[in-house]
Amino acid sequence: MGRSFRAALCDPKVIFGCGFILVLIVLAIFAPWIAPQDPLEQNLMLGTLPPAGFVDAEPGYWFGTDDLGRDVLSRLIYGSRIALTVAFIAAGLAALVGTTLGLLAGWYRGWVETVITRLVDIWMAFPPVLLSTLLVAVFGSGLHSVIAAIAIIDWTRFCRVVRSETMAQASMDYVTAARTIGFSRFRILVSEILPNVAPVLVALVSLEMGIAVIVEAILSFVGLSVSSDTPTWGGMIAQGRQIIYQGWWVMVAPLVMLLLTVLAFNQLGDGLRRALDPMMRR
Amino acid sequence: MTRSLLSIAGLSAVSDRDRGAPILRKVALALERGEVRGLVGESGAGKSTIAKALLGILPRTVRVTGGTIRFEGRDLLTAPAAVLRQIIGSEISLIPQDPQTALNPGRRIEAQLTDGLRLRRGMSAREAHARALTLLEEVHIREPDRVLRAYPHELSGGMRQRVLIASAFALEPKLVIADEPTTALDATVQKQILRLIRGMQKAHGTGVVFVTHDLGVVAQICDSVTLLYAGQVIEEGRTADVLASPQHPYTKALIAAGPRYDRPDAGLKPVPQAVFDQLRAEIGIT
Repeated sequence: MGRSFRAALCDPKVIFGCGFILVLIVLAIFAPWIAPQDPLEQNLMLGTLPPAGFVDAEPGYWFGTDDLGRDVLSRLIYGSRIALTVAFIAAGLAALVGTTLGLLAGWYRGWVETVITRLVDIWMAFPPVLLSTLLVAVFGSGLHSVIAAIAIIDWTRFCRVVRSETMAQASMDYVTAARTIGFSRFRILVSEILPNVAPVLVALVSLEMGIAVIVEAILSFVGLSVSSDTPTWGGMIAQGRQIIYQGWWVMVAPLVMLLLTVLAFNQLGDGLRRALDPMMRR
Repeated sequence: MTRSLLSIAGLSAVSDRDRGAPILRKVALALERGEVRGLVGESGAGKSTIAKALLGILPRTVRVTGGTIRFEGRDLLTAPAAVLRQIIGSEISLIPQDPQTALNPGRRIEAQLTDGLRLRRGMSAREAHARALTLLEEVHIREPDRVLRAYPHELSGGMRQRVLIASAFALEPKLVIADEPTTALDATVQKQILRLIRGMQKAHGTGVVFVTHDLGVVAQICDSVTLLYAGQVIEEGRTADVLASPQHPYTKALIAAGPRYDRPDAGLKPVPQAVFDQLRAEIGIT
């Protein structure tokens, strides 16, 4: 197991993904010390300044300012706080719910499985963006509702994968062996099957974090996420769209950030899946 | 009194999935202490079903419709769950077919080998560790310390099968079910494993039900043999007698069908259709 993790660390995908996300985490935690300006401070005299290196650029404003004169770089750094919070908590909750139900469905079969798989089928028939806007509209906007909405929508991904993986593991002889030794069914599920489902789960959580970041940006974009005095990437994109002809950087900067973050999560997930899978299957 | 270790009588089972198709037809089988009994048949003959019934792990789709399985006089089919839990795993254990999947890939060998010792014998971690070391030495594993710390993927197929044999004999069971334990191994390792099972069985005086489809394996390891077809016992007896002078045409045809390594150009002789027709008529399959 240790060896496969070491192998994973040599994968360039994992190095990029892990590295970028670590940088992002540091930025989010130490935002007040790292950000060059106050992300909320408006200065109409310095409105729509271009990024450093362009004509009219002002020193100290590396990525320029938006139409209200707020520093784009500082807003990006503060925006990573919301993005990461949502990524970790929403993906974690979705994984928790989905994995629990998936394990139960794949292990106990019978009516438990029927009920859970039907539920997943029904759930997946709803368009996710529509469902999330609907949910946030019902719960009211705010960080908690965004996280809840993402978890409520995306647990099905985990449930389906974990269920099929559980069924595959359940057919293995080591499970039969555990049964003949006299372990209870629950103990076999928790201590024999769950650890063998974990590698797939780790990769899936990473992919889900990327998805959560996008969904949060979408909800911010349409103004259903946190209130507008908290900087978010989605909110910045929405704001930049209105002044795209005067200051393209206001929209491009958060877009690039979003792209890199999702890419990092996906690469990390993909790399982990490759590194962990063959080891376990061998 | 020399009561049989295991005696199966009139055991019948049907498949619920297959519209009640019979899987076992009044199977009778007796096993003495320390005897190795081969259970031979083609796929679907019911040999694995018997093995699973002995271990209490029949799939839900298989329903036993009659008969008894007496293990030291107690009927396993009617015994309460608590009694079964006492017997299975402790007095009856399993050597599984495929060493690739029979060990949990995510746990160290030591944890898996000591599960039974700690759960069923109440040993402490230290006692179980010592016992595991002796067991591994007994199955001729050279560096037991290293193997105990290893994960299954770090061991070869033969090594894993040795670990599984050690695990099957760990609780000093009276009966070991070997479910085609050599099918997944290559021929050279196969022979070592057979010799090992034979050796362990002799040393511990354990009865063995050896499920296989290979008469060559039966000749090497089994004292007696039971031949099944479509869930019915076709022939049984001492291995030497059955192989030297088979009574039933099906047995004769099976022995003749085995590959002859000394005469590779002789070709293979499949069991003639007439033999199957006769079998089906005898059993009453239309």
